[in-house]
Amino acid sequence: MLSPVLCSELSALEPEYTEADVISAVEFSQSGEFLATGDKGGRVVIFQREPLGEYNVYSTFQSHEPEFDYLKSLEIEEKINKIRWLPQLNSAHFLLTTNDKTIKLWKVSERDKRPEGYNLKDEEGRMKDISKITSLQVPVLRPMDLLVEASLRRVFANAHAYHINSISINSDCETYLSADDLRINLWNLDITDRSFNIVDLKPENMEELSEVITVAEFHPHHCHLMAFSSSTGTTRLCDMRSRALCDQHAKLFEEAVDPANRSFFSEIISSVSDVKFSHSGRYLLTRDYLSAKVWDLNMENKPVETYQVHDYLRSKLCTLYESDCIFDKFECAWNGTDSVIMTGAYNNFFRMFDRASRRDVTLEASREVCKRRAVLRPRRVCVGRKKRESDVSVDSLDFRKKILHTAWHPTDNIIAIAASNNLYIFQDRHSHHGHHAGHRLEQDRPPQLQDAPPQ
Amino acid sequence: MFSKGTKRKFSDDGDEMSDESLAGAQVSSSYSLQRQSLLDMSLIKLQLCHMLVEPNLCRSVLIANTVRQIQEEMTHDGTWQVVTETFCGGSQSPSERLVATEVLCRSREQDAEPKLFSVLSYEGCREEEVVTDETLCSVTVSDTASDVCLSESARHCWERDELVEVERDEEACESSRLGPGDDDDDDDDDNDDDDEVDDEEESSREDPKTMGQVFGTFEIKNSAPGPDSALEELFSDVDASYYDLDTMLTGIQSAPKMGPYDLLDSLAPSHGPPSIGSPSNCRSDLNELDHIMEIIVGS
Repeated sequence: MLSPVLCSELSALEPEYTEADVISAVEFSQSGEFLATGDKGGRVVIFQREPLGEYNVYSTFQSHEPEFDYLKSLEIEEKINKIRWLPQLNSAHFLLTTNDKTIKLWKVSERDKRPEGYNLKDEEGRMKDISKITSLQVPVLRPMDLLVEASLRRVFANAHAYHINSISINSDCETYLSADDLRINLWNLDITDRSFNIVDLKPENMEELSEVITVAEFHPHHCHLMAFSSSTGTTRLCDMRSRALCDQHAKLFEEAVDPANRSFFSEIISSVSDVKFSHSGRYLLTRDYLSAKVWDLNMENKPVETYQVHDYLRSKLCTLYESDCIFDKFECAWNGTDSVIMTGAYNNFFRMFDRASRRDVTLEASREVCKRRAVLRPRRVCVGRKKRESDVSVDSLDFRKKILHTAWHPTDNIIAIAASNNLYIFQDRHSHHGHHAGHRLEQDRPPQLQDAPPQ
Repeated sequence: MFSKGTKRKFSDDGDEMSDESLAGAQVSSSYSLQRQSLLDMSLIKLQLCHMLVEPNLCRSVLIANTVRQIQEEMTHDGTWQVVTETFCGGSQSPSERLVATEVLCRSREQDAEPKLFSVLSYEGCREEEVVTDETLCSVTVSDTASDVCLSESARHCWERDELVEVERDEEACESSRLGPGDDDDDDDDDNDDDDEVDDEEESSREDPKTMGQVFGTFEIKNSAPGPDSALEELFSDVDASYYDLDTMLTGIQSAPKMGPYDLLDSLAPSHGPPSIGSPSNCRSDLNELDHIMEIIVGS
């Protein structure tokens, strides 16, 4: 299990921060060398892992802008809902970002040489006086300060009538899916004016609508399999080979609700907020409001493991319903070897569960608690009397501090936790990358991260 | 958790409610109070909205499902009936409730019949998402009487948009179409209340945009046969879903943002003038127009 050490904390001003700085997406690249975050203001910040193990800003760009839908007289938020990296094929890096309506493919590339010695233009780019040119020269490439550029390569728009909640790149690296509340579309990465609808939950009569799609994901190895979860607590596995429209599922993963626990909130808390295939492709991890479940793809009627994330909230469901907290969508993650799962909770707590040993730990990601290179102390939430001084009582939990977005490095024990506008990166102190050289924590880092070339 | 209004209602209603609450154990009475409170909260949630940004469809679906569940349960133990009967007895005046628009909570003229209110989904917006406005949907925290208000206003909204001939028709047909009323809740039915057509019609005509956005959210159904059933059958096949809540809403909230397509959206096709055409044609045309517009706008 991890004994997390605070590796680097890259954050904006606190405690006052603008809503636009709230991080809404976190994703490691396929190799783990890069970490991308998206925020409510439509910006994407990419961090690169330094040789010594720390993550520093690599590139920042504005991915989405707010739009106004004139037909509906409604704003389209620029908030980044999801980011997904493509597998790296050459020296450039590609990632898909999406807001509620539009998906974009970005290319992030480095430039460290520039041509010098043009014949017709001088160094500043001004045209030379032709009469003054006496000889011909061949431009040469000279090294320059590293410049990281992000350029927009594709825009996939106008395919979703409802809000996009997920994107997932297929293992074939040619296609990807995008899912909104009622439909899932299949795209080719090179074709922007066409997509195929593969799942459609919209009923003929909208008044009958009782179920929406919450998350969709492709299987990591089988390019014909995809899974999507719904607000009714079911997760469906679909095989795209059987038919073009995958409304009929190949498998349906659903656990019957214990009648003893049934309440008016049963359906709401069973709504699946995240689905992740294990790296092996054998298991599915689903997150509902109170628990995280591991499903074996071969067994549909119940999960193989259930982890209670914050069961102490069960008695507070009415309050949480009133404050709308019950609709919070927490993400979940597998570690590289599929032996540990992680998910966020309230009060800036996040939890990790070791599947084999069944041990679990609760940790907190907040400035007060996290000092550089300190080992995080496990936290505990107690329902009744505090047994230890460090315990946190259920009634003192801050529900405004929620950790919705978490990510785990694909191979190493490095995790990224987004707590509102702060990004925390934790690393196992026992990792083989060894100790970290001194690196001062920049407390006064300005909220707007500039395009800064890595030094 | 229990609002003042709730308590007041239960004490005011005297006979029926007190019988109800005394009949069950203390536990069940507090359970039904809790349930009532949850229902009220859910209804309010469905009605509040963010004007500028489309509301979260997932959240709306979950809340609507919760409301349906509560209604079903209340129907099963008969408390639904009791509550509505009580209200329909006319014991309360509109001023006791949070009424935004005067029309919304007029006391019923005809004899009250117990009504079942089933909550529909969030239909009506161009993209069929819940867009609600608390000023339109004068829901009180206290009681399900608000449902009556909502449903009446809802009914009026599409009624208003339909041609007046329809009303004349319905009055004519009323006597000729007596039939069995619809029995218990069936969420898929489009049965609408037909009371007070005339009264509300005039007042609502003045400001067509103030009403009806509720309509996509709620419907009324009659639970028992009676003189009302004729009218309700007449409207039984009107599809509420064609009502564009959005149009109503944006009209009242801010500077009118209605475009030409909004008007089309807001006309109820099934009983409307022939030029509107069938509902499905209208709808697909609108979808095409949407699509074209989006391309033109260049999003």
